[in-house]
Parts: sequence; C-alpha cells; structure tokens
Amino acid sequence: MSDLPAKAPRWAIWLPLALFLGFVALVIVGLYRPADRNVASALVGKSMPQFDLPAALPGRPGLDSKVLANGKPHLVNVFASWCIPCRVEAPQLGALAKAGVPIEGISVRDTTENLQGFLQTNGDPFQRIGADDDGKVQLALGSSGVPETYVVDGKGTIVYQHIGEIRPEHLGVLLEKLKEAGE
Amino acid sequence: MKRLIALVALALAAPVFAQEEQSTAPYAYRQLDDPAQETKAQDLMETLRCLQCQGQSIADSDAPIAGSMRSLVRERIKAGETPEQIRAWLIERYGDYVSYAPQLTGLTWPLFAVPGVLLLIAFLLLRRRFSAKGAGQ
Amino acid sequence: MIAELGLAALWLAAALAALQLVSGALGLTERGAVLGGAVRPVAVVQGGLALLAFACLIYVFSVTDLSVKLVALNSHSMKPLVFKIAGAWGNHEGSMLLWVTVMGLGGAFVALVEKRLPERTMLATLAGQAFVSLGFYAFLLFASNPFERLSPVPMEGNGLNPLLQDLGLAFHPPTLYLGYVGLSIAFSFAIGALVTREVGPAFAKAMRPWVLGAWIFLTVGITAGSYWAYYELGWGGWWFWDPVENASLMPWLAATALLHSCGVLAARNALRAWTIMLGVVAFSMSMIGTFLVRSGILTSVHAFAVDPQRGTFILALLAIYIGGALVLFGLRAATVTEGERFAFVSREGALVVNNVMLSAILGIVLFGTLYPLFAEAMGAKVSVGPPYFNPMSALFAVPMLVVLMVGPLLRWRRDKFGRVGRELVIPAMLIVAAGICVLVLGGVALLPWIGLALSVGLGWASLLPLKGRNLRRTPLPIWGMVVAHFGIAVALFGMSSESAFSVEKLVAVRMGEVTQVGPWGVKLDTVEPVAGPNWTAMEARLLVRYGIDGKVTRMLPQSRSFWAPPQQTSESALLTRWNGQLYAVLGGEAPKVDGEKQSRWQLRLWWKPFAPLIWIGGLLIALGGLLALLGRVAADVRRIVAKDKIAYRREKQGR
Repeated sequence: MSDLPAKAPRWAIWLPLALFLGFVALVIVGLYRPADRNVASALVGKSMPQFDLPAALPGRPGLDSKVLANGKPHLVNVFASWCIPCRVEAPQLGALAKAGVPIEGISVRDTTENLQGFLQTNGDPFQRIGADDDGKVQLALGSSGVPETYVVDGKGTIVYQHIGEIRPEHLGVLLEKLKEAGE
Repeated sequence: MKRLIALVALALAAPVFAQEEQSTAPYAYRQLDDPAQETKAQDLMETLRCLQCQGQSIADSDAPIAGSMRSLVRERIKAGETPEQIRAWLIERYGDYVSYAPQLTGLTWPLFAVPGVLLLIAFLLLRRRFSAKGAGQ
Repeated sequence: MIAELGLAALWLAAALAALQLVSGALGLTERGAVLGGAVRPVAVVQGGLALLAFACLIYVFSVTDLSVKLVALNSHSMKPLVFKIAGAWGNHEGSMLLWVTVMGLGGAFVALVEKRLPERTMLATLAGQAFVSLGFYAFLLFASNPFERLSPVPMEGNGLNPLLQDLGLAFHPPTLYLGYVGLSIAFSFAIGALVTREVGPAFAKAMRPWVLGAWIFLTVGITAGSYWAYYELGWGGWWFWDPVENASLMPWLAATALLHSCGVLAARNALRAWTIMLGVVAFSMSMIGTFLVRSGILTSVHAFAVDPQRGTFILALLAIYIGGALVLFGLRAATVTEGERFAFVSREGALVVNNVMLSAILGIVLFGTLYPLFAEAMGAKVSVGPPYFNPMSALFAVPMLVVLMVGPLLRWRRDKFGRVGRELVIPAMLIVAAGICVLVLGGVALLPWIGLALSVGLGWASLLPLKGRNLRRTPLPIWGMVVAHFGIAVALFGMSSESAFSVEKLVAVRMGEVTQVGPWGVKLDTVEPVAGPNWTAMEARLLVRYGIDGKVTRMLPQSRSFWAPPQQTSESALLTRWNGQLYAVLGGEAPKVDGEKQSRWQLRLWWKPFAPLIWIGGLLIALGGLLALLGRVAADVRRIVAKDKIAYRREKQGR
C-alpha cells in the first residue's frame, strides 16, 4: 500500500496524561480539605417553615412557628432523649437559658416518658417543646440529625445553624449570632 | 438448652437495639395501597439520598431518618404531588446532596457535558478511519 | 516470632525487588549485560518471600495472636476459623500485603514461564514490575506495617465487622486482587515494550494470556461481589454505582478493551497505540481505585477507614508510576505506533469502536465518581448516583452492543456490510419482536426495555460465529468468544428483567397470615430465637408456595445481632427458581397498635424474575475468558513442544 502509516494524533497521545494531572490536582485539594461529613441546612438565610407541633410534655406548650417571629431572637434546639451528644450539650444550653436566651425545643422521634427522664437528668432549658414524632418538621427545617441548634431572628429568619453538640467553645459564636439577630 | 441461652443472650443484647428510635411515621415501613402510586414513590425513593448514611438511598437504608423521609415521600405522592415536586422540596432544604439524580445547575453542567465531550473525542478518533478508508481506497 | 519472621521476609522481598530493578535496568545496557541473568531468579525468590510474609500474617490471624496490633483490631477468638483467616485481608494493612504478594507472585510466574519475547524486553518488563512493587513495599513497611506489635496485649480482639463474616465476602478480595494486581503484569509488559520499542504481534501474543488471566479473576471478583452485596445487605439491589464498586469496574472496563486490543495486535499488527495505552491505563485504574478506597476522600459504605497521610503516600506513588508511564508513552508512542491499515467496516474497525465505547464508559464512570469531590472543592455538595450513571453509560453501551452483534462476523482488514447483513436479519427481527412484546406487557421504563430487546438479539448473534463450523474442530478461543458474548446477553437480560419486572411487598404480618407477592403466597409460620457461634438472631419460618398448586417450601430469614462488635445484620433468605428469585428479609417487630394481642413482624419480600441470570451471565463471561485462555496456552505449549522436538531431531541428525 502506498498510503501513509496509521499514526495516533498527538493530542490523543498526551490526553491521558493531561487528564491524570487534572486528577492529581483535584485529589490533592480533596485530601487536604478538612473532611466535612455534615449536611448543612439550605434554609440558612431563609424563613423558618410554618409548623405547629403538639406538646411533647403535658403542661408545657407545644411549639408553633409563629412564636419564632414575635420580634425577639430565639434558639431552636432539635434534640431527642436517645441522643447521646444532646446530654453533652445540656450544660451549655442551661448556661444560655440562664443568660436570658429563649430556647425552644423540638424533640424528634421521642416518647413522653423518655423525654421526662432526659430533662430530669440533664436539666430543662426549654420554654416550649414540640413533639416531632414523625420527624417531618426535622425534614422541613433541613436538619439531618440531632443535636442541631438554629439561631432565628425576630422576624422568623434562620440566621445560623450549629450542627452537633454545643461545646463551651461554641458559646461565643452563638451569642454573637444572637446579638446580630437582635439588631 | 440452646434456646434458653439464646433467649438470655437476646435479653442481654436488648440495650443494643434501643440506640435510636425506629421511625414511627405512618408510611416509613408501609407501602401505599395504590400500586401505581407505590411504584412512583419507590422510584423516587431510590434516587434520594439518606442523610445520615455513608452512601445509601432512603429506599435501602435502615436509618430512622430515612424512614421519616420515606413516609414523607409516600404521603405526598398519595396527596397528589409529583415526584419532581417532592425532590425540589427536599433540595430546597438540603441542597443538591440529597438527590442522587444531579440537577442541571451552574455547578453540575460539566457532568452533563461529559458525554458530549466524549462523543466528540470518539468522533475525532474514529474520523481518521473514515477518511483513511477514503484515502486508502 | 512468626510476626517477626513475616516482617523480615517482607524486608528481604523489598530488598530483592530493589535488586531486581537494578539488575534489570543495568542488564539493558551494554556494560551491565551480565547482570541481566540475575533478574529471573531474583524475581522468583522475591515472589516466594512475599508469599512467606503473607503466610505468616495468615498464621497469626488463625491462632488469634493478640499481641499483633492488626489481629487485636480486626479479629476475635470466637470467630470461626475461616473468618479468622479471611480477617487477614479484610483490613487495610492486610490487603496491602495481599497486593504486594500478588505482584511478587505475578512477577515470579512471568520470570519462570515467559520465554516468548526477546530477553531484553523481559528484562525491561521485570524491572518495571520491580519498580512498581518497590513503591508498594515502601508503603507497607513505612506506613502500613501489618506486623506491628501491641503492648500491653489485650484480653480480646475487637472482632471483625459482621457484614464481612460471610463465605462469599471472605473470598471476594483475593479474587479481585488477583485481577487488579494481575493487571500490573500487563502494565509492566507495556513499559517493557515501550522501553525496548518491541511493540508487535509477538509482544501482544505474549501479553495476551496474562491479561486474560487477570481479567477472568476480575470478572469473577466483581460478579461475586455484586451477588454478595445482593444477598447480604438485604435491600434487594445488586449494583449502586457506589464509589468502591466503580473502583472495581473501571479496571475491568479498561482490561476488557485491552483484551480485545491485544487480540487485534496479535492477529493483525494494528492498534499498537491503543494496546500500549490500555495496558498502562488498566493497572492505573487499579491503582487509582485502591487509592480512592483507602484515602477517605470519598464517602462510601465500603471504604476502608484510612487517614489522609496514607492517602498522600499512595498519591505520590500514583504520580510517579502513572505519570511516569504516561510520559514514557507520550515520548515513545510516536515512534512505535505504525501499525497496519484497515477499513472502517472490518473486524479491526469494530474493535476500535469497542475500544472507544469502553473507554468512554470508563470516562463517564471516573468523572461521575470524582465529581462530588470537585463540587466540594467548589464549596457545594452534590450526589451522583444511578440516575446519572445508568443513562449515561447506556448511551455508549448500547451502540457498543449493537456493534458487538456485527463485529465477530466481519473479516479482518476490509469487509462489506452486505456480506454479513443476511445473518443479522434474524437477530434484528428478534429485537423488534422482543421490543413489541415488552411494549405490550407495558409498564417498563426505557432503559430496561432497550436492554430486554437488545439482549435477545445479542444472544442469537453471539452464537453466529459458530454457524457453518465443525463444532468439534472449532478452536477453543472461538468457543471462548462465543460463550463470553453470550454471557453478556444473558447478564443484560437478567439486569433488564430485574429492573423491569421486580415486585416488592412490605408488610407487617401476624403469625399465620399469608401475603401475596407476584405469583408467590408467603405465610409467616413462626418467629423464634436462634443462636450461632458469635451471634443471636430472631429467625422467621416462612412457608412459601409458587402459584396455586406449587410445592410448599420453607425459607428462614434472620435478623442477627452480633456482640463483638455490636451490630445488627439481616440474613436474607433466597429461593431460586428457573424463572427468578424470591427474596425475603425479616425486619423488626412492628410497634403494637392499641388493643392488639399478637405481635406483628415486618417482612420485606421481593419477587425478582430472572435476576440470577445477572450473575450466571457474569460467570459465563469469565468462563468464555477461561476457554480462550486454555486454548491459547494449549496452542503455545504445543508449539513449544513441537519446536523442542524439531530441535532435538536436528541435534540427533548432527545439524
């Protein structure tokens, strides 16, 4: 045959190397970012969804979302009696409540008995506690687990979400966000 | 005797079960009565991600939050919502992470462009063969 | 003692790998040519030492030597022996040791039997193998020592994850590793060929059996892994495009393309660049896969829990090996890729399409798996799952399967479509007929519909190469090709059928109640506690009947609780018929509704028509590969024996 020998085009020969270098760059970035396994709520900066949860404890009002738009900033704490980190954050919540911060509770997939036991052992910083037995309000909030704490301003807008238990070192940030929400 | 040991062991193992409450949402473990609706719900559930697991859909996960999500899906399908409406509602709250079907957004357009790019590369590579056939008689 | 012996053997093996590299590399030069003679024996001893180290690890696991840290973290004295042994490779360090052992044994095997290539190429190949092994030896010895001791010695081990205490899964990693790491031989061959510029049919014929061998193990490993996930995890699915599953699929896609490319290079001296590139890419995918699984950068149910530092080490190895190989390819490819020409309508043409399509699917899987990482780097979280991978890979798989029907019938170099068109009328009609049947049945989504129709035509078309042949005299490799392609059709039919026709029932039943799922009637008889060596369980006794007058059979799904570590698993019960599988899972006790006396139990039931064909098809594909391998090896042996006979006769005749 008199035709030219079949050769692979140059761009095709170097393409795999170029792709590989891209891969290495991507992976280096991936390795050195802190691994963030939390799923944050996409509602931060938006309004609280409307809900009206029944009372979780007899004699204590349930939680209606309208309360959260009454002009004062609130903390909304999503928790449960079966949640172990919730016990760890109890002292911090107690400190916040003592400082005058209104804390509303949403107890997820819980029972009255267990809840009473939990509050007796760990203290009760809540003004109202809504019972979210189906977990629907948890989903409406964009919450992916317990405990989570939301800072809500006086107009009912979610200003900040804290995922996981509140440790002493987090109190500063929360108080700051509450102050911002109050302005 | 073996049965007795098993019972005792089971009783002692009980605290292990109570770690997280199973979802009590009505449709977490119950299918819809209408098979067509259940199929729609099931197809949607297979494409929604469980928020607490390491990479499972809510259809496959035993986590209680997945149960709550399944119930949400089924109840809404029953109420007449379309799967895409439910997906959009969840994405509004959790971001694109919750959907295994990536939505076409400013961030994900390369995902949808890749097959096109690959087709282009395939064409360019195979084009030599076309013209080769022409050139080489 | 044994642990120290294992560690010493590992160090020696690493040292020998270094020696293998040096003597191989120097053996290529003029002055160091004498050293070349050492390479083969060194490779064999290196393999033996690595095997010895691995045997030592298995020993310390089987006697549960808790002074070894790995055993304390991953084993338990009450585990059955077979799972103690499987525990040796069911963790990061142990599986890395398995990796270097397979690499060492592969090199040893090549050194012992491979004599078809010029010695220079063999030296370069074995040197390349040693070069790659060295990096992994270093990783093992400096960052993942499996023989590290623990003091004080704990009273009891942590136990093995209960999900892994299953025979199927116990043997899944070794099979996969023989595949993954077996591809390193192809990689080394490609390097050897590039370095010595020996890229021709002889090279392809030599490399082909090694690729086939690794590919067979990889096919079996993936098939077995999928089946294991199906029956062990209890959610009725068999593939989820999970990053770790993808990590095993990508080398398989590259190896399949490599296999076919090798065949073309061997038969027609064409597709040189493709073959070398795929040889490099296949093992690169293995290395990338192992990195992704161990580095912790991807979220997955399967991932090993390893820290980013180790990930960085492996990444460095990858950069050196893959980067180096690709640079070598770039530099040398221009001078070696001058193969024969061929027309588009020819067997080579069909195989080029095959290569391109497989590479495209590989690209999609790689891109989709890595995209969430890219998105996170940009600050957002994205999930990419079956709704993306299924249609996108089908986009390339469907044309490839259509070409698969035509390709094996085409002649080499140049052919006319009209010549084979007649044969394809029947498969085409079958596809149309099947498509109409399924449409009439109704309720089937697009992809499963395409799959069902295509699989019927493909099944027929895959048998066509046998038409007109004397079946007893047909060479084994042809039988292999037919069986493997037929296996693809079978697996495709199973996958599509499972997707299109599965029926699921979720019920909370009292004892004595009967549930209907598909054609089956399922009655919950009793639920009783049972005990095993390291678990207790609630076992449901289900009595099931197919149709109205089928025989009643018993199924025993369990909900198992292990205590070391504490975990609950569900042991599904499967009943297989020729036309599908009944799959039963026992959930928990349903919360009591007020006023109820008898408790109700949650049952999850599936009827999956033709699902077993998925894995039967997979095994058929592997069987086809095995037939082809046996055929090629037998032909080689015959040739060597004949050559020896001729040489002997010549000697006797004094010539």
